[in-house]
Amino acid sequence: MTYTFHWEVPLQNLPLFLWGALATLEISGIAVLLGLLIATCGALARLSKHRLLRGAATVYVEVIRNTPFLVQLFYVYFGLVVVGINLEAFSVAILTLTINCGAYCTEIIRAGIQSIHRGQTEAGLSLGMTQWQVFRYVILMPTLRVVWPPLASQFIATMLGSSVVSQISAEELTYAGMFLESRTFRTFEIFFAIAILYFVMARLFSFLFSLTGQKVFREAWGQL
Amino acid sequence: MPEIFIAFSYKDVLFLLQGALVTVALCAMAFSCGLVVALAIGLMRTARRLRPLQWVAGAYVEVFRGTPLLMQIFIAYFGLSILGLNLPRFVAVSVPLILFTGAFMGEIVRAGIEAIPRGQWEAGWSLGMTYGQLMRYVVAPTAVRIMIPPSVGFLVQLVKGTSLAYVVGYVELTRAGYIISQSTYATMLVFTLVGAIYFGINYPLSLASQRLEVRLKRHA
Repeated sequence: MTYTFHWEVPLQNLPLFLWGALATLEISGIAVLLGLLIATCGALARLSKHRLLRGAATVYVEVIRNTPFLVQLFYVYFGLVVVGINLEAFSVAILTLTINCGAYCTEIIRAGIQSIHRGQTEAGLSLGMTQWQVFRYVILMPTLRVVWPPLASQFIATMLGSSVVSQISAEELTYAGMFLESRTFRTFEIFFAIAILYFVMARLFSFLFSLTGQKVFREAWGQL
Repeated sequence: MPEIFIAFSYKDVLFLLQGALVTVALCAMAFSCGLVVALAIGLMRTARRLRPLQWVAGAYVEVFRGTPLLMQIFIAYFGLSILGLNLPRFVAVSVPLILFTGAFMGEIVRAGIEAIPRGQWEAGWSLGMTYGQLMRYVVAPTAVRIMIPPSVGFLVQLVKGTSLAYVVGYVELTRAGYIISQSTYATMLVFTLVGAIYFGINYPLSLASQRLEVRLKRHA
């Protein structure tokens, strides 16, 4: 092996990487929150009695889940130009990631809703709980408890998957690496450092989510 | 339209189908070789008496599940050339996909092995079976059945994952689509076709995975 490593390149450019990491969190955070909105509608549509609604939601979920995110990204990126809408790469990245995340979250929310048995609502009402109490303690909290762990995994998957948006020049962590690489050619060192940053973020959020899950939902369950 | 624009023709569709073949070949390579890695990882993670082996395999899985596949492809692809290995492009692109498969399938293998009740192990030990015999005659028959539905589901993830070979310039389905879209400007048509081909490969796999899971639950 005759290669000399230059680890000072990623170390000196740490501020650039940290800025990139924040941008990555911004993209994935917004995408997951908006994706949850889509997912709630999607889950209700998948469980609705109208065949058309159910069909549309199923097509959405299956198409998104069975095609690569990179292809979806190109489709939206070039497609918007064709229909005459000019958005900057960063917005296209958030838009596509939202659509993508929405499909995966739809399945998670649907499973959450289905986990609540109809009889439980009736039991709550017959115990003299108000409509609001039933919604909060019988429907909302138990559902959140069920969907919390898969949602946490989905957030991390979205964060890691968001590295792909660098391919349309949306500025986030991977793009910061590609930018630096084009100037220094220290490909291996730079991407190794970035992989470490992604890993740290993934572990950190995995820990935070499980901590929140234990604190919030155990207590909420215990209060009953 | 100026002359330089080449119209989209059946030749482009053939080029896309060629790309699809490369995608399928990449998947086959990554899955078959990755399965060997996964088996080793699964066995290491379930080795009760050998703590260091468990840690090594656990760290391997954590690293590959905690970093983007895109980074793994960059690092493995450029790392191989730093090591001085001059591999054919197909192999160089396969390496990160094999390691990725090893980590995800490793977890599926582990779950399969751990699903075997403790009593069956003890029965095997007390009959004087060796570890190999136990694995072969007691664990494998049930564990493999449990592993099949999630493995088919993982194939969908792998097919989608191969699209990231695009980033190192390897011509598979997504890169083929990109090339044609740049030369014909029939962008939407091309990416609709590319998406449709991926869907055509993945949807049957998704359905099969769901059906197999339902069937497994019914028999359990």
